[in-house]
Amino acid sequence: MNEPLPLHGLTVLEFSQYLSGPSAGLRLADLGARVIKIERPGTGDACRRLSIKNLWVDGDSLLFHTINRNKESFTANLKSADDMSTIRKLITRADVLTHNFRPGVMEAAGLGYADVQRLNPRLVYGAISGYGKEGPWKDLPGQDLLLQSMSGLAYTTGNEKDHPMPFGLSIADSLCGAQLVQGILAALVRRGKTGQGALVEISMLETLLDFQFEFLTTYHSSGQLPRRSRYNNGNPLLSAPYGIYATADGHIAIAMVNIPQLARATGSAELAIYDQDQAFSHRDEIKATLAQHLAAQPTSYWLERLHAEDMWAMEVLDWKKLTAHQGYKILEMEQAITTARGKSLVTTRCPIRIDGRRLFSGKPAPSLGQDNERIVMELLK
Amino acid sequence: MNLLQDIIVVDFSQFLSGPSAGLRLADMGARVIKIERPGIGDICRQLYVSDTRIEGESTIFHAINRNKQSYAADLKNAEDLEKVKKLIRHADVVLHNFRPGVMERIGLDYEKVKEIKPDIVYGEVSGYGTEGPWKDLPGQDLLVQGLSGLTWLSNNQNARPTPMGVSVVDILAGTYLTQGILAALYRRGVSGRSALVQVSMMEAVLDFQFEVLTCHFNDGRQLPLRSQVSNGNAYIPAPYGIYKTREGYLSLAMGDIPKLARLLQCPPLEKYTNSAEWFDRRDEIKGMLAGHLLTQTADEWLSVLQPADIWCAKVMDYHDLMQQIGYKVLNMELKVKTSNGLSIRTTRCPIRIDGAIAASDRGAPLLGEHNQLIDAQFGLS
Repeated sequence: MNEPLPLHGLTVLEFSQYLSGPSAGLRLADLGARVIKIERPGTGDACRRLSIKNLWVDGDSLLFHTINRNKESFTANLKSADDMSTIRKLITRADVLTHNFRPGVMEAAGLGYADVQRLNPRLVYGAISGYGKEGPWKDLPGQDLLLQSMSGLAYTTGNEKDHPMPFGLSIADSLCGAQLVQGILAALVRRGKTGQGALVEISMLETLLDFQFEFLTTYHSSGQLPRRSRYNNGNPLLSAPYGIYATADGHIAIAMVNIPQLARATGSAELAIYDQDQAFSHRDEIKATLAQHLAAQPTSYWLERLHAEDMWAMEVLDWKKLTAHQGYKILEMEQAITTARGKSLVTTRCPIRIDGRRLFSGKPAPSLGQDNERIVMELLK
Repeated sequence: MNLLQDIIVVDFSQFLSGPSAGLRLADMGARVIKIERPGIGDICRQLYVSDTRIEGESTIFHAINRNKQSYAADLKNAEDLEKVKKLIRHADVVLHNFRPGVMERIGLDYEKVKEIKPDIVYGEVSGYGTEGPWKDLPGQDLLVQGLSGLTWLSNNQNARPTPMGVSVVDILAGTYLTQGILAALYRRGVSGRSALVQVSMMEAVLDFQFEVLTCHFNDGRQLPLRSQVSNGNAYIPAPYGIYKTREGYLSLAMGDIPKLARLLQCPPLEKYTNSAEWFDRRDEIKGMLAGHLLTQTADEWLSVLQPADIWCAKVMDYHDLMQQIGYKVLNMELKVKTSNGLSIRTTRCPIRIDGAIAASDRGAPLLGEHNQLIDAQFGLS
């Protein structure tokens, strides 16, 4: 059990704020890297002040604690010559740097890739932007909901007659951070062979376009916009019955299944008139018919019949039912963390298992500048 | 040199989760060899979407499997299995997304593969992990969304649980698997160690919800409450959401309500001077905004809001998006060719390395297209 984590020995300097860049840092930390947040004195990562449901821990938002556990904090004013000299020393010893400033900001601070490469040619430099470095959108705010709205993604969720509907989570931020991690790690693999660093860049817009690659390839091929189904839309690309349906006591999700088989398993004469090759052409009709039929009995009644025929269906849970379920508990996805001031909080762990081992880390998010003294001492060695 | 040059990936996976990991590895320079069942291959070849087919195969198969090779082998045939084992001697990565126990029965589980190739990086995606009551259930995107609580985050308060309309769980699981594989390849470069990397779709979608789940774990386990009007995120105050205008839709991210009231000339909103009310009374605020925004077009509102640095955007579908310079400068489209001359327009890898985009024009392989080449190159027959 004492095998080193995969990224053991690597040092990451995180100039990132909010979610996209810091979520990348969190993953690198959980995989074994030492992640040092470089923060502005006095205020730090703006996420420290951004709370949801007004939840605060040790003076910072719970949100900040969630995204920044397992990291260190070093404050530096990038406009001060003294602080910049320390930053440069840190860079010479680091393996990875990340930032998510708007294009030009790091360059103006003297920390563009060209500057940093001169200090440390082995450094892997990861940069996140909203819309890339050129074009009319480059200076626009790279904000998740706005990116969802501009990328066409809002036309994938909800039913046909609904407004365009965003995903209720920050998909652009989360996925962009995750994609950056891939680029950084692949660059570290190359560095292991050649000694050379790399510039790894990704924008939130490119992330969301990549995310919709199945839709966009289909669109380029057909010229048709994706059409959400009129009822119970699950995925505009997929035929009936793909979606979530109300039952007498809850909801059931039904994925790709054969229509005549579904009609038999659910005992629906109305559904039995449709052939499998009508699953697209009569999608709305089939879904409406099924919806009406499923509303008559409880979820367990339907699941028993569908599972008896190995059909792809599951009940729909909320977090209360989910977290009470044995299937959830056995994952051991939760971990307790004790903060510097002794406050305890519960969060999720890294979702990747290495060598059969779940990756827990009890190290809390840092208070602003808590590691300055120690890091300066290390640099003097 | 490409980041993953000379890395060989032997990929047994099907559908989307595993193959999307293979795609990203291929994009970054790895050679990805799909091992497919003779006659049928990856079931995704037959998964038609929106009635759009390319050469009798689904568009999504072509999107997911470009830039890969195909080796047809029947794993139940001793001779074929022997060839695959010989191939694994040359592999750096093995990847699969079979249900738990399948690779053990074939004799290609991690322990067995390690005997063939002691420093292998072995990646697997499951639906729900390898134990517990869900382990043998189908790991399908919509079903995992439904179980995980995710469907209570999108759409408005009184709407049924609403799935995200893209296969988000598959894509996240594939992305996290790639992270784990690359971290393990980095470690192998340092220590020569093999690794087992496991990701389940359920753990991936729980991680995706890490911010809001952490809130749930620490707020007395309250359930999310979506806003009644234009829900964008159940945890974010007004005006966050998408609104209908006289022509087109407008999205508004976080913003100061009295400032918005003045810019939009909507006096009833000026009274919300206490920012706590933007969350506590968000339905009332959003309701007023929704009514008021109907009076002018999205473009008219944008011309007022954007110069005042309000976080807003016009909602676009693919037709709108692709007219924009901001889209065109990204150069996100990629034309690939299959060996039988078919040309397909798809999207490229979203990550740029050293300023360059990765844009291999190799299309998806025909089933078994590379058997001869691979047999000869590795002396398998």
